[in-house]
Amino acid sequence: MSENKLTLKKRLHEIKHRLKGKKIAPAFGAFHTFLYTPDETTHSGSHVRAADDLKRTMNMVILALLPVLLFSFFNTGYQHFAAIDAASGAPRTLDLFGNFLTWENFWLGFVQVMPLVIISYAVGLGVEFIFAIIKGHEVEEGYLVTGMLVPLIIPVDTPLWMLVVAVVFGVVIGKEVFGGTGMNILNPALTIRAFLFFAYPTWMSGDKVWVHGAVDRAGTPDAISGETVLGYLAQNNTFEYSTADMFFGFIPGSVGETSAFLILLGGLFMIFSKIASWRIMVSAVLGSLAMGLIFNWVVDLGWVGESSRFYGLMSFEYWKHLIAGGLAFGIVYMATDPVTGSQTHRGKWIYGFLIGFLSVMIRVFNPAYPEGVFLAILLMNVFAPTIDHYVIRANVKKRLKRFKTATVYPQATDDKAEQLKAETV
Amino acid sequence: MSTDIRIKKGLNINLVGAAEPTTSRAVSSNVYAINLSDFHGLVPKMIVREGAEVKVGEPLFCNKNYPEMKFVSPASGELVEIQRGARRKILSIKILADKEQKTLEHQPPDLKKADAARVRAFLLESGCWPFIKQRPYDVIANPDDVPKAIFISAYSTAPLAADINYTLKGKEKQLQAAIDALSKLTPGPIHVGVGKGENSPFSGLEGITRHQVSGPHPAGLVGTLINRVDPISKGERVWTLSPQDLVILGETLLTGKFNPERVVALAGSCVKSPKYYLTRIGAEISTFLYASGVEQKNIRVINGDVLTGSKTSPDGHLGFYNTTVSVIPEGDDYELFGWTRPVFNKISSTRSLTFSWLNPKKKYDLDTNTNGEHRAFVVTGLYEEVFPLDIYPMQLLKACMYKDLDEMEQLGLYEVAPEDFSLTEFICISKQPHQQIIREGLDLLQKEIG
Repeated sequence: MSENKLTLKKRLHEIKHRLKGKKIAPAFGAFHTFLYTPDETTHSGSHVRAADDLKRTMNMVILALLPVLLFSFFNTGYQHFAAIDAASGAPRTLDLFGNFLTWENFWLGFVQVMPLVIISYAVGLGVEFIFAIIKGHEVEEGYLVTGMLVPLIIPVDTPLWMLVVAVVFGVVIGKEVFGGTGMNILNPALTIRAFLFFAYPTWMSGDKVWVHGAVDRAGTPDAISGETVLGYLAQNNTFEYSTADMFFGFIPGSVGETSAFLILLGGLFMIFSKIASWRIMVSAVLGSLAMGLIFNWVVDLGWVGESSRFYGLMSFEYWKHLIAGGLAFGIVYMATDPVTGSQTHRGKWIYGFLIGFLSVMIRVFNPAYPEGVFLAILLMNVFAPTIDHYVIRANVKKRLKRFKTATVYPQATDDKAEQLKAETV
Repeated sequence: MSTDIRIKKGLNINLVGAAEPTTSRAVSSNVYAINLSDFHGLVPKMIVREGAEVKVGEPLFCNKNYPEMKFVSPASGELVEIQRGARRKILSIKILADKEQKTLEHQPPDLKKADAARVRAFLLESGCWPFIKQRPYDVIANPDDVPKAIFISAYSTAPLAADINYTLKGKEKQLQAAIDALSKLTPGPIHVGVGKGENSPFSGLEGITRHQVSGPHPAGLVGTLINRVDPISKGERVWTLSPQDLVILGETLLTGKFNPERVVALAGSCVKSPKYYLTRIGAEISTFLYASGVEQKNIRVINGDVLTGSKTSPDGHLGFYNTTVSVIPEGDDYELFGWTRPVFNKISSTRSLTFSWLNPKKKYDLDTNTNGEHRAFVVTGLYEEVFPLDIYPMQLLKACMYKDLDEMEQLGLYEVAPEDFSLTEFICISKQPHQQIIREGLDLLQKEIG
């Protein structure tokens, strides 16, 4: 066994050296470094290095996303069968072990969601490889997370060709044109989501897209539908889901956004492992609560009546915004993207707060965009460098102030300076 | 007078193989060498030719831009080789040592009466001046400058670094002489950082402002001390010295003889019995390395500590400023799924399936593997956890990379030296060469602004 390993290691090492300098080297390197951490040693500066690299960091985010993905398999199946039951006039009540965690649900969800995951990775990484080969740099790990995020933030029945187009657009325009991982201004996963939303709006909203099969069955006697919580509220309708359903995620919605509980666990995991910024998460939660409270308060004052088209969303209890729609998912997995977010501690507080605040505002005021969070994050992505600029200015100002009282002595051998000194003393 | 400085941000890197506090005398070296790479930015001009006989303390070369600044021989013997590189740049100067070492004698100044000019002239002539470094730019101080203050850090926090309190024991007289001389060169104070509660050789000295420093590395770096006590503004100059060099400087002032002897820590996981050796600047490292025994064949020998030292080999020579020689295993091997499997035997500042946070006291045996590939800056907020200076580290690094002079100035490049970025480089997830970036930034700034 150990001998086998040794030869594989040696063989790969030889191939690496044979390919050195060739166009294909980055592509081989991507697979090679996936299997083996490279034999690179330090050349300059610090001779020892800490254990973490970017692959490990990205891997942690993926680990934090896995429970959400797993849950989405079950929920996709469950929502499909529940909608059929509801259409036939016998709505089912949730029974976690009886009718949720079933093989039937899992398989249906697996068959529907996995193609999205596979397409997302295959197309996105394909684009990355092509760019790496053309530009002759290493294949970078950024897409490992993006590729997992994308299938989780779109409706389950999104046609695969649409996803292909969106991913190509998102990776090329959202990332590669800026220079690849670490250089992009907008979050690539949200760029993909935004592209889908504006290019194919009928597939991204309404009451037919959130449950598997609803689109295909529309207009037939077997028609089913599934409206999201926000969809109900936007139309001032009431819904049947309990707070617990919303918190644990037994509701229709984008593939992976429904379970606030698992997202919370993922968020805590990333905070504990120091991968994601707790400052952004906490301040975004505070921001959304603040906006929600303002709306509730406006309703309480009687400024907005039941006849208003904003009444449903405005009177929605402020804290429930966090467990409805994609807000929680956006805060935990998208807003915390270190490349597109604010990079200073103080900036992160401002950036996060505004994301939460704007998400709820967009969600309420523009019922056509019930998913305000992705727009809010993209908007704040654009503003993040400006926020950082002003935070850093404070540090610069301190330095400039100090400069005014700088102690500069004239040079010892400078005769003129000596004279000046003699005159002034 | 003494004040307390408590550093909270930082990271102690505990490594296997710290030097035991016993000192042996290293066998005397056959060949001594001065490596020019120790003096960053210096343009040397040879004074003696190949084949010449020199004494200890006799000038070998001088600073071409400041001919009074002499660099002297650490040994007496024949100058056997001037090693040159591309464009005839001098790389190193080798001296074949005589059996009997003769020392050139200077007339030391009377410290009670001597004025600044006399002290300066003596230090320049005796070869002690290069021990004085300046900030900004972290180069040998310009003798024409009058610094606003002088900073010395006598608190060792770097991994495996020599314990100053041990190596300087009994050298109070030399230290005091050096302090007395230096105080004539600046109207400002001489700040000395000592470990809080430690029995420092500096504790009884006069003419210094003592600061009791505590906290994790980089609390012991002189840059941290400067930033806490009196940060550098544009146009200001401060000088820095390392305590070991003060001893040589002080002894030369007292005796008139340049004595390049110093106590060096030989440390690292590859050394069988890590301890201290009494040796000389420029001595072959093999003269004491094999006396302690080396565990492995594939080793990296470092002139200095593992974070800031320079790569050398067993037949390399002790650097001009170094007080530590570290020997650690090379890490030129692959690791299967190294990016995903749980890590127990390496240090990490995160908790991403790395478990060094469980036991902060544990000692690690780190090798030179980079543990990953070079990437663009991605993760934010981690450098700040180990960077105690009032500076935005990532923003400053980026400013140096895109060469924006205004931004480099405004973000505080005048205040730092490459070594201040050794810890951020250590934890960097993107494996960026921080110290090199800062060095290039400083060089650019010096060239453009001066």
